[in-house]
Parts: sequence; structure tokens; C-alpha cells
Amino acid sequence: MSRILVGVKRVIDYAVKIRVKPDKTGVVTDGVKHSMNPFDEIAVEEAVKMKEKKLASEVIALTIGPAQSVETLRTALAMGADRGIHVEISGKEWELLQPLHVSKIFAKVAEKEKVDFVIVGKQAIDDDSNQTAQMTAALLDWPQATFASKIEKKGDKIEVTREIDGGLETVSCKIPAVISADLRLNTPRYATLPNIMKAKKKPVEKLAAKDLGVDTAARIDVVSVEDPPVRQAGSVVPDVDTLVAKLKDSGFVK
Amino acid sequence: MFVNRARFSTSILTQQIRRLKSTLVLAEHNNEVLNPITANTVTAAKKCGAGDITVLVAGTKCGPASEAAAKLEGVSKVLVAENAAFNGFTAEALTALLVATQNQYKFTHILSGATAFGKAVLPRLAAKLDVSPISDIIDVESEDTFVRTIYAGNAILKLKAKDPVKIITVRGTNFEAAKEGGSAAIEKAPEGDFKTDLTEFISQELTKSERPSLTAAKVIISGGRGLKSGDNFKLLYDLADKFGAAVGASRAAVDAGYVPNDLQIGQTGKIVAPDLYIAVGISGAIQHLAGMKDSKVIVAINKDPEAPIFQVSDYGLVADLFKAVPELTTKV
Repeated sequence: MSRILVGVKRVIDYAVKIRVKPDKTGVVTDGVKHSMNPFDEIAVEEAVKMKEKKLASEVIALTIGPAQSVETLRTALAMGADRGIHVEISGKEWELLQPLHVSKIFAKVAEKEKVDFVIVGKQAIDDDSNQTAQMTAALLDWPQATFASKIEKKGDKIEVTREIDGGLETVSCKIPAVISADLRLNTPRYATLPNIMKAKKKPVEKLAAKDLGVDTAARIDVVSVEDPPVRQAGSVVPDVDTLVAKLKDSGFVK
Repeated sequence: MFVNRARFSTSILTQQIRRLKSTLVLAEHNNEVLNPITANTVTAAKKCGAGDITVLVAGTKCGPASEAAAKLEGVSKVLVAENAAFNGFTAEALTALLVATQNQYKFTHILSGATAFGKAVLPRLAAKLDVSPISDIIDVESEDTFVRTIYAGNAILKLKAKDPVKIITVRGTNFEAAKEGGSAAIEKAPEGDFKTDLTEFISQELTKSERPSLTAAKVIISGGRGLKSGDNFKLLYDLADKFGAAVGASRAAVDAGYVPNDLQIGQTGKIVAPDLYIAVGISGAIQHLAGMKDSKVIVAINKDPEAPIFQVSDYGLVADLFKAVPELTTKV
């Protein structure tokens, strides 16, 4: 029976309007609402669904980050993951941690836990990198099924429908495989109160990157983090005729 | 001591010369035509300080794309890898080719457009080369310093990459397309057994459209939840015909099933920057703005005067779209 490793990241909540720090070293995170990266909720949902369909026997949730990341892990456990692994990385090291480092940790854990699937979100909404699944697959030399909107087990393979620029495409991947979840894969469930209570009792193992033999030396220097340019305030036009006139002035309508 | 130092500085000099001469652009194509983002990526490659730019064209049929790539100004060489192994352009097969190409040529920069294709392939290559890739750059400051957006475009990160090889995906809308007028040499890419049994391409289901593609369109008309149904998108298609425009959508419209997902504009869909963007029935959530706020002129039509879209629009019209859009279509 398959085992699934699912990745979850604690990020600033998607609805928060972020603020750049005045010293331009990053964005303000203290006292700001955080939650599970929305794509990771979809990844957890898919993993739990696969378990419910008896395609997997165990779902292991992995998070990497500071101490507070355990909250995110508990959410995954409340959604149905069986146990959690927390690789604690904080401070400056966390700020400069790249998907390459994360992928190395995922690959090590995947091997250690002998999993058949790694499922992660397509991208984290904080750094918007969209790299972890691809890099984890490369490090393990497994197939990658990125931007998945549908997953079906077909014999000893999985068939995955991927969201690509012109529409959809279907690929067939050998198992073990790495999958990244796109928005349309499913609708994540809410954790119910009894499940949140039960999740508190589920085991969470704490590891350090060096326990796994992963070097987390910085690969980049942050030169600056700045606000994007502000758009000039526009005007509200009273009717369609004025709008047409404005579009004529700008040369869009002849 | 002196000799050593001289040797040391010579080696730095050779390194620098080599660094100036070694950028690879992975072309995107569909075995028929070259994807226009390849031309934008060549411009980004030039900004990386590369005198010599090589374009790699891989696929089952590379003739048309490699000829188009050879004509791009600034390209000095086109490497062609025509092989059944690249059916479906799977990342697994292409990565094997890219690793072989990199082993032979030792590029300092490897770039591709930040499309579904580039995003799937380049991180896989980067992990194989133990390099931290840089996604979706919007500017190049120097050969190792790049600018990209984070937090759905709400912050701009400037970073210095420490890895010896820079692996980069490029946001096409932020770089002009390289013009035609070049005449690069076309050569064979390194050969090898690139066939993989990890992933097999099965089929594609592409959205058919006679309209300009979203990422290349000068004018985009985009609809959101306010359209209420897929049928009502006809109002937008009628208006789009007047402008020769592409039609896009917000995530809400896609999730509601009004239109297919490849029309989605935003943080996780397509990033566009047309001359004119008309947002119809779109509230303007952060995630949507991330995909369109670099448009030159933004028009918003929404019945809610408090909708956040009005904070970024140049011209806002507070009106019922079912009245305003048909009226606009007859008057333009």
C-alpha cells in the first residue's frame, strides 16, 4: 500500500495586504495572520482523498520553517494526515531558504519514509517560486506531474491531467512520482472541531536539516525588497459616452 | 608568489571572458511555430551581459522553430535536438538533454520563458546541477543580480545569485521581443539517449481560439464572477471583436466553470501587460491584480463603487455590466 508525503508551508494569509519593511530587507511578518499556503491545502486534500479511496495507507505531512509552522502541520493533521514531521529552520537561515534546500529535505524524507508519492502545492503564495515539486522530482529521479488538475490511478501508473498555457494535457507517470497541485484539483475540506482536537494527539516528529544531511547554506543575497510602483489614481467616468471619449483620446478607438 | 598571483588573475580573466560568452536560451515551440516568448527571453539573455547567445530547440520536429530562432537578432547559434524522445516536451527528457548540453558547453546562464513549459523544465534542470533557480524575473540588473516579484506582485525582490550557473525563467511582458534580422548558425545539439520511461505524454486538449493569445494581445477584455454565466461571456467576445482583443477571466469565473482555466489572469494564471485591459465584473482581488496591474491603461466596469479594481483603474465606470458592455460595443 502506498504512502504519501505531503508538503505544507506556513505563509502570510492570502487575504492580507502585505507591508514592506522600511529598511527594505523584507516584508513585515510579526503580528501578521498566517495560514497554510492555499495550494498546500489542495495537496493535503488530494492526499487524504487518495487514502479514503484506499490508494494509500498513510499520509505524512512535512513542514519546514520556524516553530510556528507546527500550527500548519496541525491543520494538515486535522484535515486527515496521519502524522507530521517538522524540520525546524528559523531566523536568517529561514529567510534565505530556497526551494532547492526545501527539495533536498523533501527528497531525504521521501527516501527515509519510503513513500510512493510526494504531493506539494504548485507554488507558495509568498515567494511565488513554483520550483519545489520539480526539484524534488529531479533529486529523487522520479517523474514530475506538475500543475495537476486531475489524478487517476491506472494500473501501476498514475494518469495526471495538467493545466498548461493553451489548455490541458494528460501524462502518464511511473510510481513513485512527485505531483504539484493546481487550483482546480479539488476543493479542500474544512477541519472540523472534533478533528482539530484529535489532531493534537497525532504524532509530530521534529528534525533538523543537518539530521538529514542537508546543507542549507544561502544561495542568494537579498539586495532589497521594495514596494511596487504605485499607479496614478484614475478617474471614475459618469457614462459609457465619456468612457468612449477617453478611449478615443488614448488612441484605442478611432 | 608574483607568478602565482599572475596566474590567479589570468584565471579570473578567462573566467570572466567565458562568463561573457555563454548563455543558453531554451526555446519553446509546438513543433510548428516558435512561441513568441522565446524572443523576449533572448532580450533578457542580452541583458545578462552575454555576447554569445545559444538557443536550444528540442522537439519531434524542429525545422520551423529553429529557423525562426536563428533569425532573432543577438542569437549566435541554434542547437537542434530532433528526437522522438521529446514527444510532449516532457521535463524528464528535456532535462537529460539540457544536462548533456550544459556538460559540453558550460553556460553561465540558462534561461527560458516563465510559461507552464519553462516553469516545469528549468527547476528540474537546476536541481540536477545543484543550482537555486530564479523564477519569473522582471529585470536584470547585472550578470548575477535579478529582479522578481513576490507576494502576488506586492513586493519587488532584488537578489544576488551566488551559484556559478544562473538558471532563470523570464516574465515575457517585461522584456521587449528581440527583433528579426539575425542569421545564426544552426548546429546539432549533443546526442544521447534521452528517452525516459518516467513520464509518457498521452494527449492534449487545447482551447481553440481565433483571437490573439492572451500574453501577446494588445487589448484584453476580462470577465469575472459578475458575468454570472459562461453564456454571458458572449458580451465580452462581441466587445473583443471590436478591438481585435483577447478575452481573459478571473479565477472566480474559471472556478465557476464559465470559461476554461487557460484564460485565467492572475498570480497563478497568466501575467499580462497589454496596452488596454478592460475588467468587467471583476472586483480586483490581490491575486487578480498580480496578473494585470502592469497594463498601460486599465478600464473597470463594475456596479460596486467600492470594488478594489477602481483603485488601479485609469477609467472606472460604475454601472451594470449587462447594460454598459453592449452599449460600449455599439459605440466603439
